[in-house]
Amino acid sequence: MTEVEALASAKATATRLGKAKRLNALLTPTTVVRKSLLAQAKEAHPSGVLYGMPVALKDNICTLEFPTTCGSKLLEAYQSPYEATVVTKLKDAGALIAGKANLDEFAMGSSTEHSGFGRVLNPVDRTRVPGGSSGGSAALVGAGAVPAALGSETGGSVRQPAAFCGVVGIKPTYGRVSRYGLVAFGSSLDQIGVLGRSVHDAARVLSVISGRDPRDSTCENRDPLRLPTVPERLEGFVIGIPKEYFPVDLNPGVRRACDRAIRALKDLGAAVRDVSLPHTPYAIPTYYVIAPAEASSNLARFDGVRYGNRADGVTTLAELYRQTRGTGFGPEVQRRILVGTYVLSSGYYDAYYKKAQQMRALLAQDFRNVFDRGVDLIFTPTTPTTAFKAGERTKDPVSMYLADCFTAPANLTGVPAMSLPIGRVKGLPVGGQFIGQPFLEDDMIEAAYALERAIDGTEEA
Amino acid sequence: MSASAWETVIGLETHVQLGTVSKMFCGCSTTFGAPPNTNVCPVCLGLPGALPVPNERAIQLAVRAAVALNCTVHPRSVFARKNYFYPDLPKGYQISQYDQPLATAGHLSFLSPDRGVVRAGIIRVHVEEDAGKSLHDRFPRATAVDLNRAGVPLIEIVTEPDFRSPQEARAYLLTLKQVLQYVGVSECDMEKGSLRVDANVSIRKAGSTALGVKCEVKNINAFSYVEKALTVERDRQVAEVERGGTITQSTMLYNSKTNTVRLQRSKEESKDYRYFPEPDLPPLVLSPEWIAEQQGVLPELPATKRERFVSQYGLNQQDAGVLTAERAVADYYESVVHAGAEPKSAANWVMGEVLGDAKDHQEQLRVPASSLAGIIALVKGGTVSNQGAKKVFAEVAAKGGDPRTVAEALGVIQVADTGILAQWVEEVVTAHPAEAARFKGGETKLMAFFVGQVMKTSKGKADPKAAPKLLEERLAK
Repeated sequence: MTEVEALASAKATATRLGKAKRLNALLTPTTVVRKSLLAQAKEAHPSGVLYGMPVALKDNICTLEFPTTCGSKLLEAYQSPYEATVVTKLKDAGALIAGKANLDEFAMGSSTEHSGFGRVLNPVDRTRVPGGSSGGSAALVGAGAVPAALGSETGGSVRQPAAFCGVVGIKPTYGRVSRYGLVAFGSSLDQIGVLGRSVHDAARVLSVISGRDPRDSTCENRDPLRLPTVPERLEGFVIGIPKEYFPVDLNPGVRRACDRAIRALKDLGAAVRDVSLPHTPYAIPTYYVIAPAEASSNLARFDGVRYGNRADGVTTLAELYRQTRGTGFGPEVQRRILVGTYVLSSGYYDAYYKKAQQMRALLAQDFRNVFDRGVDLIFTPTTPTTAFKAGERTKDPVSMYLADCFTAPANLTGVPAMSLPIGRVKGLPVGGQFIGQPFLEDDMIEAAYALERAIDGTEEA
Repeated sequence: MSASAWETVIGLETHVQLGTVSKMFCGCSTTFGAPPNTNVCPVCLGLPGALPVPNERAIQLAVRAAVALNCTVHPRSVFARKNYFYPDLPKGYQISQYDQPLATAGHLSFLSPDRGVVRAGIIRVHVEEDAGKSLHDRFPRATAVDLNRAGVPLIEIVTEPDFRSPQEARAYLLTLKQVLQYVGVSECDMEKGSLRVDANVSIRKAGSTALGVKCEVKNINAFSYVEKALTVERDRQVAEVERGGTITQSTMLYNSKTNTVRLQRSKEESKDYRYFPEPDLPPLVLSPEWIAEQQGVLPELPATKRERFVSQYGLNQQDAGVLTAERAVADYYESVVHAGAEPKSAANWVMGEVLGDAKDHQEQLRVPASSLAGIIALVKGGTVSNQGAKKVFAEVAAKGGDPRTVAEALGVIQVADTGILAQWVEEVVTAHPAEAARFKGGETKLMAFFVGQVMKTSKGKADPKAAPKLLEERLAK
């Protein structure tokens, strides 16, 4: 790509982002993005592997170019004085930062209906949710406004919206990508991931943002991920199909799409084997203890004292905290802070937090047992259903939480996982999920390359 | 008040700032007294998205402190979050250690004023970060926050309830300070806040072994307040119980201006810190080899050094104590001895002239150890009198130079030359015929008078050891 082409890419991206405006997926005003994209295109490194490629960022990743709101009224005008490591890595590779994508407030949600700045529409069917919490990122990629976007995962927030919007979503191994500059939700679960219109787009962005970072003690001291080549066949791959991910009440369309994908994997030469991950049903209850516990602590800093919106007219410190947090945080964030505070309280810690950590160890053992018996990858549906209607689950938090039942185990155990489109049901995208072994994202991506070429992900299942 | 019917039981929690250049989890400077909010960055400001990275030097100093306190250092310890809201706590939690601390089960011996050498048990030593400072008196009707101190590395040292009086608590603290200064872990300056102490105080009937209900005393800001604050709290508890009341577990704040304590909060109001493992930091893993290495580089500790000074240099306990109180002084003393000075003389010189001079000059040891050894040699050889040597010391301290050259320049070299001495003797005997007659008559104690006169006549240059012999010969005539 030449500088002229990079400028053309910047302009075209701005135009496409403008067209996608009705989705409410981008929080940055189009005019601001356009100006910034053009400036970035002039300064981008032409030798970079992503030169001229526009990448949108979930708005919980700190940037110098744009405010970082986390989808919260409390941080409406918050401007970070530093940028996340992943942003620096993208810029060093010549990518253009295409604005900040809408999200569930502080990444808490599965439908992007919990943003302080309005819900995001699914580009495939605007009456439906795009999934969440990286719903803005998924919708922008799904709408074709950008080839790739960064999201973040705590319990499936990249893969689940990827499945709902018919795009690819990769959650790397915990410790593969630096979290420095990602506003924390559940620190032991959080990982930045990539949404892309194809496996290749997502994988090459992941390759750029991965690798060691001395600023993040939980980021492994490893070289960036090396991209595998696109394989002709999957001979030698052993793929496990866990029965717990195919319950009797699984949406029949989702089941059909998965069956077709499994047949395609067999046709590619992979050996397919039934396996069991017996603790899977406990993943969601475990997740909803650990994630809120960490969140209750991580979000304590938003107290109105140093930055962010502060409640007016208060006279005492307690009132300052109560008003700022009571009005600044939305109901879902408040619910999770309350749950998290409760499970860490003296007298309840052992019954909840400690138990959940024990269950987390059992979930990890489940995966080890399968992988130790010669299984290379696990294949499952990404979600139990296709995208649901907007408003359908907002009054029932538990039904909303269950949208993550197939994705949360990978976050609780740290293993890499990804979703790719494997067909449609009544026009709505279905995602298929690969779960891989720690730091073997390349195996997962290789299988996804092959499956992506073998089936038409937009075809009715 | 029948305080003697009651035994005081005290345990101490001491926070010590580690002497690092940068903070615990970021690269910001730890310099004391910088303009407010200048030594800060996204990490210590707790900005969204920032993450902690442990300071290896801080860990090293913490481990050295722990081994100096005879603790077991654990190869695996875990950072934990202590959650509470306060404006000077930027993250809403403090990174500390909780159920898996860096080190446990140590002890430190100190000299009790009543019980001789007492071994205080150290329950634990853990690493944590400091909070910022709230300034309530800077702006009217508003509190300002200075986050320069936020993230400064600390260790907390928790003792068993092993002290039986406020005096013992103070003696322990002074010993602790001495040890930590020796090891180079901390300045331990209470006034600058690099050493802070909270005390748990309870009382029980003398002879009882059960522990009473304890109250925590906070805000003891200087060494000189330790005894006062603990005495006030002890007396409060005794008075309360003797009045027929009971002690309820609570936190008391000491006010040094009024020398009183007041209730800060009772147990019911105590905070639930909701500790849990810090997910932003992996467990702190230290190899046993590395821990052993830290033990190996420890300097000789004050108590050991004191005993060695007694046995090796023939000093008494008290002098050895003075000389080993500070590592720099002890090292200096040994250099003087190694340069050839007789140990006892060297001790007297260091405790006298050297420490006196240091006190007036910002604790500097201005005379090089080899020079002091030279001065002591001049005295021993009879070249310079003690008085003359002090003049030489002062001159070398102020301007430097070789002691003998300085002594010559000052004209304090003593004359032992019999020819010159004989002249002064002749002068003195001639000038005092009456005294000479009495001496001859048997009043030999007049010798001191004649020696004094010779010194006077010679303006102190005469060798007082050589003079009597010549005087005797002359007076015998």
